[in-house]
Amino acid sequence: MIQVDHLSKYFGTIPAVQDISFRVEKGEIVGFLGPNAAGKTTTIRMLNGFFPPTSGSARIDGLDVFDRSLEIRRRLGYLPENIPLYKEMRTDAYLGFVADVKGVPRKELPKEVDRVTERCGLHEVRKQFVGKLSKGFQQRVGIAQAILNDPDILILDEPTIGLDPKQIIEIRELMKSFAGYKTVILSSHILPEVSMICQRVVIMNEGRIVAEDTPEGLAGKDSRKILLQVKGPRADVLARIEALPGIAGASVRDTSADHTFQYDLEMEPGRDVRDAIAESVVGGGWSLLEMKTIRPSLEDIFVRLVTEEE
Amino acid sequence: MRTFYAILRRELYVYFCSPIAYVVTTIFLVLSGYLFYSAFAYFSMISMQAMRMPGIDGINVTEMVLNPMFANMSVIMLLMMPLLTMRLFAEEKKAGTLELLLSYPVRETELLLGKFAACLVVFFVMLALTWLYPIFLWLFAKPDSGAIFSGYLGLFLMGAAFIALGLLVSSLTENQIVAAVISFGAILMFWLIGWSETFVGPSLGKVLSHLSLLDHFEGFARGVIDSRDVIYYIDFCILFLFMTMRSLESKKWRG
Repeated sequence: MIQVDHLSKYFGTIPAVQDISFRVEKGEIVGFLGPNAAGKTTTIRMLNGFFPPTSGSARIDGLDVFDRSLEIRRRLGYLPENIPLYKEMRTDAYLGFVADVKGVPRKELPKEVDRVTERCGLHEVRKQFVGKLSKGFQQRVGIAQAILNDPDILILDEPTIGLDPKQIIEIRELMKSFAGYKTVILSSHILPEVSMICQRVVIMNEGRIVAEDTPEGLAGKDSRKILLQVKGPRADVLARIEALPGIAGASVRDTSADHTFQYDLEMEPGRDVRDAIAESVVGGGWSLLEMKTIRPSLEDIFVRLVTEEE
Repeated sequence: MRTFYAILRRELYVYFCSPIAYVVTTIFLVLSGYLFYSAFAYFSMISMQAMRMPGIDGINVTEMVLNPMFANMSVIMLLMMPLLTMRLFAEEKKAGTLELLLSYPVRETELLLGKFAACLVVFFVMLALTWLYPIFLWLFAKPDSGAIFSGYLGLFLMGAAFIALGLLVSSLTENQIVAAVISFGAILMFWLIGWSETFVGPSLGKVLSHLSLLDHFEGFARGVIDSRDVIYYIDFCILFLFMTMRSLESKKWRG
């Protein structure tokens, strides 16, 4: 549905986005993750035709987003980062204006405005001025204008920034409800959010894509750490485990009571040596109290990916 | 066409739901009203004296009241119009709403003409309210109704030209004060450019005089509708709207 090939954008000589390629399928929710100034907003602006790429191409439904801008914009709902709304208008008038400009058929216009008002929970504030609404409600008005005229594709730039936890949960629920029937691109620098909502994550740093996978896939690739708890003499256990093939490193974490110790093990990539560890512990005559694979959080992966190149 | 109306309605809403239109119109009416009163009072004083002193002739209400009234109104417009036009694009650029607006299926022409038309409507309302002055004049004297019509036509055309220029300037900056100052300066320059006619030589002088916003207005104020003057103002609008269009489109090719 969305197809980006070798897209680059330079501001003067400063590269903002360099040679990125990705695909987004219909009905997918994809998260753009990256630190500030990673090129997320620039990519998004190129996708909605705000400015053209320096090189490369972006296509939506096979149409070039720049050459066929008007057609693309009909299929697209967009929420910019800092929710720029017309603050001097009342919520219902504002949504009516957007519906008008988006070309909602005249007869269906009041119905359509009612639909998004209901969907985003704006009923109680529909007669209030947008500028007087709380940040959470403004954000919802922002999402409401994006989903007006029922576009197939939603592009939301940092939709939960600056909200309180309760509002964040509400907005996330709203976005989750789009899964399956809308294609959503979501940018964020909040990692748990992305892992919760998105089916796929694209991690960007310094204008490049550094990783692209499902949240589970990203976490799975990295699960090379094992936590082990063994009752037995510390030095002997450590020596025996370290001698096993496939173990890259081992260290004692802390001492518990009764000669019980916790060990952090690191496996060599691509090898699963858990049964060998269990055998050798039991074979040594010690008790294996606990063994578990540590799944790194998205934070760990993100920090590793983003700092790796430096 | 529908987008054009939607944008026109929204712009009018902003003008009339905020103090902008009211403040500018009020100040315009106060100043032009005062200047009309002065001219009218002076005229009645002179005509009183003329009655007592036979021999003074050619006292004419059109020349002594209407003509200066139109000239004065055009000067006040020069001061006021940049304040109406300054926000049109600069405000939206600064707030970031232009980015969102352009993410809708909106053509630049519809956007531009919607804003131009909205400002023109505000200006027309402002001008229409000054109809009181000629009505007062009719109560007490016999002004030339043709001259009144041509004067208003001239003011309207000149105002449209001011708006077109103000739109261009507003599309170039995100700062409303900068937009107001530059459009004021540019309009004043176009106004006064004819002054150098006398000393730059006949050929260049003719060109400069033809460029002047003021020189083309003089005919209208006297009651002469010259097609050259009408075409000049219309050309002026088209040129500046065209340049605004290019300025809006420039984001597509500017790095």
